[in-house]
Amino acid sequence: MLFQKWVLSLGRYMMLLSRTFRKPENSRMYYNAFMRDLELLGLNSLGIVAVISIFVGAVVTIQTAFNLDDPLVPDYYIAIATRESIILEFSPTIISLILAGKVGSNIASTLGSMRVSEQIDALEVMGVNPASYLIGPKIVSLVFFNPILIMLSMFLGMVGGYLASMGGVMSTEDFIYGLTVDFNAYHITYALLKSFVFAFLIVSISAYFGFFVRGGAIEVGVNATKAVVSSSVAIIVSNYLLTQVLLV
Amino acid sequence: MIDVRQIEKAFGAQRVLKGIDAKFYQGKTNLIIGQSGSGKTVFLKSLVGLHDIDSGEIIYNDKAIGDLNSKQRKSLRTEMGMVFQGNALFDSLTIEENVTFALSMFSGMSTSEKRDRANFCLERVNLPNTNTKFPSELSGGMQKRVAIARAISMNPKYLFCDEPNSGLDPKTAIVIDKLLQEITEEFNMTTVINTHDMNSVIEIGDHIIFIKEGKKAWEGTGEEILSTDSPEIVDFVYSSELFKKIRKKQ
Repeated sequence: MLFQKWVLSLGRYMMLLSRTFRKPENSRMYYNAFMRDLELLGLNSLGIVAVISIFVGAVVTIQTAFNLDDPLVPDYYIAIATRESIILEFSPTIISLILAGKVGSNIASTLGSMRVSEQIDALEVMGVNPASYLIGPKIVSLVFFNPILIMLSMFLGMVGGYLASMGGVMSTEDFIYGLTVDFNAYHITYALLKSFVFAFLIVSISAYFGFFVRGGAIEVGVNATKAVVSSSVAIIVSNYLLTQVLLV
Repeated sequence: MIDVRQIEKAFGAQRVLKGIDAKFYQGKTNLIIGQSGSGKTVFLKSLVGLHDIDSGEIIYNDKAIGDLNSKQRKSLRTEMGMVFQGNALFDSLTIEENVTFALSMFSGMSTSEKRDRANFCLERVNLPNTNTKFPSELSGGMQKRVAIARAISMNPKYLFCDEPNSGLDPKTAIVIDKLLQEITEEFNMTTVINTHDMNSVIEIGDHIIFIKEGKKAWEGTGEEILSTDSPEIVDFVYSSELFKKIRKKQ
């Protein structure tokens, strides 16, 4: 029964995606929606991404230094470990999980409210494809902007680590040296590929839960929670699959 | 004209529409009346294509909806305007943007042409100088009039209204009714209004269809409804104390 329900939901999700990626009725209106969503979903997330990245970068550096407190291990290894943790996992995955909470709940509750107040029906009666107009620009804007957020997060995470090293954890010269030694550029490619996939999952799954809300305000809240939980699980599972494919 | 033939619609095991036949005429205010839960809203939403019907036919001026491909359906939809029960105005857009939304999407008009059209529609519903306001800044009656302005912005051939008077005081309700009747005649539209408001029925009902438990139980005009002996209609029309007293006096 649960499996059958899951398959049905997957089918509806796929059908929603097929309705989403159709030719726009008016490219200018879609471009305006894209710019609006870019600000709402991307630019408005800069603050939280910056604050979290700096502090987590600093904490990762301090904790790594605490665990590598051995005279046989050079100090610059702390910076290497910090760099790899931030590039490979913290920035692409943890920041995407945070965005799933912030952006995902926003998308699900906005679309859910539009559904219960019949605004989606109004679009449909006008002859506008509501899936394409409401979801398409959101997917494009976050898939476009998430890699920018992730790159910024990587940079600020390392800035946080540098600030922690200034606090006496290690010498700043060793930290800078550790950031540059044995650097593998493919790790950035891997992180960016993950950020594209995660952005798509966050928007499409949250939009699915918002678009098909039935009922009233309580159901909007329930579906917003489901959207966050489901997109977070999807990120974690796809993170494993992508890591298996891209790094092994 | 809209010709509805034997339409049926069920949600799971629950049959909501059970073979309804109806005709809605051009230039007239066609009313669908019935108790809450009788299937009026499902019927109206089936007419505009928001619900897919299980069987039967809906024919718009000789074009059966079922025979149209998605492009033709889309084109038909640009000939429709709809006023929703809760207005369904886009709350993040201004009044002018709401009214010109469909024009921006489909018409290719310039900004000034769209503004002129918005001004015309807003003046027609007696709401001039509200262009830059947001829906939340207007009263319920004013929002309803904006919804009507938005519905007529594309010069539709068909206008659908779901409970246009719900939540309005009796005086404002009459204003909305009169407005709908006037624009129907003025633009020669086929207007279909879903209501359970007896004032509307008497004031503007050119052609009325009474639905009971998913079936058409009666059909007639606003004058005929007051004189009919149909037990279902009598039971519905004279359910309030006020109408019972009026009937006694008659």
